[in-house]
Amino acid sequence: MRVKAKAKGGVIDVKCLFKHPMETGLRKDKKTGQTVPAHFIQEILFEKNGKTAVTAYINGSVSKNPLVHVQVKGNAGDTVKVSWKDNKGESGTEEVTVG
Amino acid sequence: MKRRTFLRGTLASSAIVTAMGAGLLAPRTVLAAWPEGIMKAKDVAGATGGGAGEASADIKLDVPNIAENGAVVPVKVDATAMSGVESVSILVDSNGNPLAATFIIGADGMAFASTRCKVGKSGNMVGVVKAGGKTYHASKEVKVTTGGCGG
Repeated sequence: MRVKAKAKGGVIDVKCLFKHPMETGLRKDKKTGQTVPAHFIQEILFEKNGKTAVTAYINGSVSKNPLVHVQVKGNAGDTVKVSWKDNKGESGTEEVTVG
Repeated sequence: MKRRTFLRGTLASSAIVTAMGAGLLAPRTVLAAWPEGIMKAKDVAGATGGGAGEASADIKLDVPNIAENGAVVPVKVDATAMSGVESVSILVDSNGNPLAATFIIGADGMAFASTRCKVGKSGNMVGVVKAGGKTYHASKEVKVTTGGCGG
């Protein structure tokens, strides 16, 4: 997972790139004919200086290795924390200082 | 159990914010907050909790006219021109479960969301914004050359 946060004119652009298969649970494996079990990010939390700014609920229909871009009010030097959880309970967190 | 049934009912018919609240209260697994009711809804009305509301020119929806690869369709919803925005959602009305993502805008969050979605076949991409208790939307048709749901 990679997080980039850049401030311009009081607005922080937070861009995150996750490495995740984002399986819907509907797709069939072409070789075996078996349905591939669902495995996708469900929740992404964006915090600025420790306070929740945006909560994103994600469905399986978001592309694999998702790119998510949100905007938060703030300036350079603020800290932005991004945490995610998927439907299997896997999770990750990354904190960056806004540049 | 009665309480739970009641919450489920609320989930199906009310606004996203209410649905979230219900999601938090209902006893579920680890991801208690994920609003399953709207995520698994089969149509736009269900996924938005009561319809997409009125069209608004203040919502800027940026999607390509033609998407060669339906597995990766960039979409951007910018409603920063509106005030009091509670949530921004991205829907693909041709998908089995139209709701792709919903962003709950909190303190210091801005009414802006951008991501990439899978689009099974040509149809409308809809940006739904809830502001001041009302629902607004903007939609645009996207033509898909290769479907994005594989299989």
